[in-house]
Amino acid sequence: MTYPTRRTLMTTAALAGLASQFVIPSPVRAQTAVPKRGGTLTSLLTPEPPVLIPGVNNQGPTLIVVSKIYQSLLEFSEKLEPKPLLAKSWELSDDRKTYTFHLQDNVKFHDGTPMTADDVIFSIMKFHFELAPRARGVFSKIKSATAPDPHTVVLTLDAPFDPFLLMFDVTTVAIMPKHIYDGTDYRNNPANQKPIGTGAFQFSEWQRGNFIALKRFDQYWKPGQPYLDGITYRIVPDSQSRALALQTGQVMMSAANDIEPFDVPRFQTQPNLTVETAGWEYFSPLMWIELNHRVKPLDDARVRQAMSMALDRDFILKRLWFNVGKLATGPVASTTKYYDPSLKPLPHDIKKAIALLDEAGVKPDANGVRFKIRHLTLPYGEIWARLAEYFRASMKQIGIEVTLESTDTGGWARRLSDWDYDTSVNFLYQYGDPTLGVERTYVSTNIQKVVFTNTGGYVNPEVDKLFTDGRNGADPADRQKAFFAVQKLLVEQIPQIWLLEMAFPTIHDTKVKNVITLGTGIHAPFDDVTIS
Amino acid sequence: MRSFARAFARNRGAVVGLAVLVLVALVAALAPVLFPFSPWDMQGAPFAPPGDEGFLLGSDSLGRDVAADIAYGASVSLLIGAVSTAAALLLGVVLGAVAGYASGLVDDIIMRVTEFFQTVPSFILAVVLVAIFTPSLSSIVAAIALVSWPPVTRVVRAEFLTLRTREFVQAAEVLGRSRTAIIFREILPNALSPIIVLASLMVASAILLESALSFLGLGDPNLMSWGFMIGAGRSVIRLAWWMSVFPGLAIFLTVLALNLVGEGLNDALNPRLARRR
Repeated sequence: MTYPTRRTLMTTAALAGLASQFVIPSPVRAQTAVPKRGGTLTSLLTPEPPVLIPGVNNQGPTLIVVSKIYQSLLEFSEKLEPKPLLAKSWELSDDRKTYTFHLQDNVKFHDGTPMTADDVIFSIMKFHFELAPRARGVFSKIKSATAPDPHTVVLTLDAPFDPFLLMFDVTTVAIMPKHIYDGTDYRNNPANQKPIGTGAFQFSEWQRGNFIALKRFDQYWKPGQPYLDGITYRIVPDSQSRALALQTGQVMMSAANDIEPFDVPRFQTQPNLTVETAGWEYFSPLMWIELNHRVKPLDDARVRQAMSMALDRDFILKRLWFNVGKLATGPVASTTKYYDPSLKPLPHDIKKAIALLDEAGVKPDANGVRFKIRHLTLPYGEIWARLAEYFRASMKQIGIEVTLESTDTGGWARRLSDWDYDTSVNFLYQYGDPTLGVERTYVSTNIQKVVFTNTGGYVNPEVDKLFTDGRNGADPADRQKAFFAVQKLLVEQIPQIWLLEMAFPTIHDTKVKNVITLGTGIHAPFDDVTIS
Repeated sequence: MRSFARAFARNRGAVVGLAVLVLVALVAALAPVLFPFSPWDMQGAPFAPPGDEGFLLGSDSLGRDVAADIAYGASVSLLIGAVSTAAALLLGVVLGAVAGYASGLVDDIIMRVTEFFQTVPSFILAVVLVAIFTPSLSSIVAAIALVSWPPVTRVVRAEFLTLRTREFVQAAEVLGRSRTAIIFREILPNALSPIIVLASLMVASAILLESALSFLGLGDPNLMSWGFMIGAGRSVIRLAWWMSVFPGLAIFLTVLALNLVGEGLNDALNPRLARRR
């Protein structure tokens, strides 16, 4: 369900973050001190989710709340290493095809029913398989799913698939209660009004347009946890009211796109608030100028290089995103696995750009115009309009005349999926692994009239082969070789003009501890969060 | 003509308004000379306060010159104000004249349509129209014209209703002049003064309407306009007040000037007021 997730995320000006210059080391837990019990965490949530059932809806705000009510087998550190959650341990067979998960012993759903291997297999093979295209894409590789005993799950793949474990995060595969959903219409199950999971917090009350309240689940499987009495998500539609609520202490926390980038600097200077930009490593959204290779002369690599060189990414980061983010160096975000660390920042060199255009034979006319293109502005708020204006001004410097076109969100997605654009702006989640989140934009087998595929129509057999090698490689070393090679190749070819690695600031009261501890950030279970 | 000028000049505010208006028109006309670059070009450091780095009124979030943007925005605002008013006048005068002169069923039909347009909130209608036809110069002008003609129709109709019973009209009818000639040659010139006053106020409201549309992001993305500047500056107003304050002042002064001129015209053209003097 990449599409709705991204769309919601982008609805407001995205908040980028994750700048590694800001990354604050995850707090070292004080092992000796007894964590303080009690207190209700208040947080903002934007926009209001339609429903709180994972799979049925996988949009950004839904996942933030759902990750407290539901859990998956694993969770992921900021380095994307798997950590035990509902699975206390796991093994991979020598042929790299069979995964065996050993489940925690005394996990209960919120209705008191014990969680067993049957629930896990149901969630993987039926619930998410049927609801989420992204889960289906990977889980169709599972040849057999068996439960030798109620606390063991054995999954056998038809071929080794290295990024397999990355699927077992709550944002992708939350474990659902089989006794409630099996054999029903998942989307219209009456139980969807009152979500039941295994998380540290259970659903309490939802006043539409006002708040969502979760309360502590007393039979949670980690003894003594959670420490909070509950979490309340306040829904405030106006961005300035949200900023005010956070500033005055009416809420203790904001996340994702609650706070606009231009408001972030003032919260960084407010002493009782902590601004963290870590916690988006699992998603690693990467932003780029989306090019349509069917439009001449955008099919010429030299023209694309020239356009890339005309853009000052440092300016975009500092002046438009207020330093919340990081410069992109290529198609793979630096927080995604198999990122090639030898890649240099993409150059900004107007003179060379002009020389490249001359070399490509794109000559200026009497008015100094080399060619004209239309740019479809990403309709997700003001910051994206500024980016489009910056793009137009930068292109003018090298003699490319850009006309901006406005559209609404539906129109943008339609024009992109109809390939009816010259250039636009786009950003996609990478899900920790190039096979899961990068490949789809560049391989010729994924040229579809569907948004967030290879809509640009880039075709390069060598790129196709390297991505296939990376996907099928059983050994991480082989995969690394393929992915490093494809990154080098793509950086030369610049099929899309990468701009920034985005992330989103999590701003919270300094009294709230242990907020960002994982590579999925605010999508953590929050069972160890305390208010001191 | 001289008496008109004297009557107009008697209203001090109107003279000031006219002076401001001439100034705005001059700035618009001289923009390419004063600022020989595109208003979209980045000229220096972003967020430079007024007076810094050679920016008279500061620079915006992309380092564009606010003063240049206002100068270029003046021509956009005046152009949109004038063209959309002209279009609205054309529609309103023709419909109002026909309704007032013909009366009966034709009058009924035209007035019901007019009332229909008057019951729909004009700004909302303009927003919807621009959103449907995608924001561009022509769609904005069309939308503004389409929401501002009804008052013209009503004023013109009222004038025609009183004028058409006068002797000179009856004389023209007896002489056998065609209806079109009677409407446009005989009655219209005599109904012109309230139309002129109304038009000056309509230009002001058209400028405001365009600014509001641009503020909401429904402006032509390739045109630098005052409303767009305020919309773009609003989010960073704590950081760079000059980005929204100066274009705001420009709108305020221009609209005020147009209103003052309208009032002056009203004084000068209204015979009842003239007699009182």
